[in-house]
Amino acid sequence: MLEIRIHGRGGQGAQVGCQILAGAFFKTGRWVQAFAAYGGERRGAPVTAYLRVDERPIRVRSDIERPHHIIVLDATLLDDSSIVASLRPGGWLFVNAPLPGVPPWNSVRVVTVDATAIALRRGLSPVVSTTMLGAFAGASGLVPLEKLVEAVREGSPARAEENIAACVEAYWACAGLEAIGA
Amino acid sequence: MLTQVATRHTRILLTGDHAVAYAALRARPHLIPVYPITPQTPVLEKLLELQELGELTADIMTVESEHSAMAACIAASLAGARVFTATASQGLALMHEMLHYAAGGRAPVVLVNVNRTLASPWGFWADQTDSLAQRDTGWIQLYCESAQEALDSVLQAFRVAEALLVPAMVVIEALYVSHTLEPVEIPDPELVDEFLPPYEPPVRLDPATPRGFGGTTAPVQWRANRLALKAAMELALDAVEEAGRRYGELTERAYSSVETYRAEDAELVIVTAGGIAGTAREAVDQLRGQGIPVGLVKLRLFRPFPSARVAGLLAGVGKVAVIDRNCSVGSGGIFCQEVRAALHAHRVTGPQVFSFIAGLGGVNVSADRVMEICRSALNAVSAPPDPILEERL
Amino acid sequence: MSTTAEPEAELFCPGHASCPGCAVALAVRFVLKGLGPRTVLVIPPSCIAVMAGPLPLSSMQVPVFQTAFETTAAAAAGLARAFRARGEEVTVACLAGDGGTHDIGLQALSGAAERDEDFIYVCFDNEAYQNTGNQKSSATPWGAWTSSTPRGKPTRKKDIVEIMAAHRIPYAATACPAYPADLLAKIERARTLGGTRFLHVLCPCVPGWGIADDASLRVARLAVESRLFPLYEVRDGLRYTITHEPVGVPVKEYLSAQARYRHLTDEAIRQIQEDVDQGWARLVGRARALPPRAFA
Repeated sequence: MLEIRIHGRGGQGAQVGCQILAGAFFKTGRWVQAFAAYGGERRGAPVTAYLRVDERPIRVRSDIERPHHIIVLDATLLDDSSIVASLRPGGWLFVNAPLPGVPPWNSVRVVTVDATAIALRRGLSPVVSTTMLGAFAGASGLVPLEKLVEAVREGSPARAEENIAACVEAYWACAGLEAIGA
Repeated sequence: MLTQVATRHTRILLTGDHAVAYAALRARPHLIPVYPITPQTPVLEKLLELQELGELTADIMTVESEHSAMAACIAASLAGARVFTATASQGLALMHEMLHYAAGGRAPVVLVNVNRTLASPWGFWADQTDSLAQRDTGWIQLYCESAQEALDSVLQAFRVAEALLVPAMVVIEALYVSHTLEPVEIPDPELVDEFLPPYEPPVRLDPATPRGFGGTTAPVQWRANRLALKAAMELALDAVEEAGRRYGELTERAYSSVETYRAEDAELVIVTAGGIAGTAREAVDQLRGQGIPVGLVKLRLFRPFPSARVAGLLAGVGKVAVIDRNCSVGSGGIFCQEVRAALHAHRVTGPQVFSFIAGLGGVNVSADRVMEICRSALNAVSAPPDPILEERL
Repeated sequence: MSTTAEPEAELFCPGHASCPGCAVALAVRFVLKGLGPRTVLVIPPSCIAVMAGPLPLSSMQVPVFQTAFETTAAAAAGLARAFRARGEEVTVACLAGDGGTHDIGLQALSGAAERDEDFIYVCFDNEAYQNTGNQKSSATPWGAWTSSTPRGKPTRKKDIVEIMAAHRIPYAATACPAYPADLLAKIERARTLGGTRFLHVLCPCVPGWGIADDASLRVARLAVESRLFPLYEVRDGLRYTITHEPVGVPVKEYLSAQARYRHLTDEAIRQIQEDVDQGWARLVGRARALPPRAFA
């Protein structure tokens, strides 16, 4: 079973992004489970979304405490050191940050992408989740781009084409950085 | 006559709440009186969306309180309408008076409750106390672990409730079921129509045959009414089995009042309900993989309590660990009370019953925590009379 | 002004369990005549619930659903929608007391009125919880003795018709069993309209008000003729029509006929008269302000 956690702030699309990624994996024939820790609907409040992917029905119903991969929509959330500490050994951290390349950070493999800049260019700000999903798919190779694009089209509450463009741009920016393997 | 097993369904991603809305769509209710409350609101929103699309023909009555929602449900049901509603937490508590009215009045209303903490203090999290506190209202109660089970159970609840004229409550957990997106098979309308015949009560509020409903009674009549309800509720034990079997014939997903998972030859059996049951399956597999023989008994039906079945399944088991996501203050875990009472009533004295209270207020219960619960019970010399608080393990 | 012929069919049977001389029972009889046999009633706990009969008996020739105290309007709304969904033409009517209307049932009634639910709601107002032995409700008038206001009620009576009219419902009216033709005409008018329709019927209570067994209609007439309880109707919350011109007897005649006001001083009676005069002047002004057919 593959376990992914998305950290964002209210308004960035963490929850919807998580559901879109679930949809992309579902389209590949996998079983998925997506949910988010919710509460008030306040803009800017930290939001955590969870995604499980498996080849068989998923029975466990609990928060993901040790994810294989983490997607961070707002780098200031990393001030909470427990987020990076919870990553499984060999896991990847996808961060929305204007830093080039793949610097090692606390022995965690990091992919940075300036999703805010891409989303701004596409008129999507503050929604950066679809951009980060492109980065995730490109770098990891875990989900085919065409499935992700389909899922973004179906799952975007608005501006589907802009979301797709941002997603695809980030995909190619990160494509082939390193295959993670399932 | 057996119907040919059907593959007539659509498999899509749905949250538990949305699956519930699709179940209501397929049940073809006349009326849905409903009031919004987190985390039930997506049920209401999806129903309105389905109505807007022209798929749902039911009249959605957006009332001014849950109390009025249930009052409207009861009256409409007694007029011969199929009615559905959904609520959570404070909303269910506000309905409490009318839940008694529905059962005593023999109105087969079907209600979905999303298990959420009761204030004070305020919370939006998974906790079973809201529905368990309604255990004496005369409603059938089914606890579900997944969106699929929620959808399937709503349809079965209609069949059982309307056959017996006893209202039924289908319960799902906040967040871990209500807001969790997962693959769900929606059976085609014709399939559901085959399973769920139209509702036509034997008597109803009808000017053609004037009758008084719910008037004052003498003690003997009141007793007779209560005993008739009791007798009907007892029939629900078999009716739930029948509905679960028949549903399985049509959809390949059969259900029962109590479900077991790898419980054969188990030294320790976990007993739990709702979403934690799914997590417990994972824990059972992992422990079995380590050579530790544990199993699971999942309580799906809570009212009527399948006392004989539970006692029969646990007879001969060395240790039982009941996991409650609730706490009856001054007593303990409510499922555990019922399990202990069932064992005692059926003179099953073998098992040592450990009462664990876990995940109160929606605190995460991982498969690792369930395994710790199992290990602590297996390592204990004897079961303490008081509940064991999971966070102190 | 009312010319409606009295329907002959009796839907309220004799032998019911009201007190002798009960004005509510008489009012219920006329209301049921007016509603007709294609009616389903919703009744909350009240004197009317007692009159409807202990199960398995019923004093009413139409179906009765006895619901929880605070749920009359919600239950009626559910019923009306159920019949509509089933394609059946049925009049849904509520018969409730003042406690069940002004107090505990007000939320459900307000919610239903805001949604313009399709029923006729009749409040039989005997100005206290008489079914439980005369405790004050918010319909109890200022100064009235009840078992829970031993020194007389210190606050005013709630104006339920104004509250209902403020919801801009199609029809709100007052009525009184001492004026049966007016009462029947109002039921008839309510029946021709859809949506939430409300009738406020004043019903003197023999034991609660401390009047003779044969005095309830005489006291009811004094309430109307003193202008303390004018007979009028309000269309759409805007158009007021006074349906009976009161002669204007002093309110003291009305008050002194009842034991519950026995303790009132002359000053208190003068204040009540002033209050009645102001209320009447306001009503007359409203009736003149917007003629009945201004928006027809």
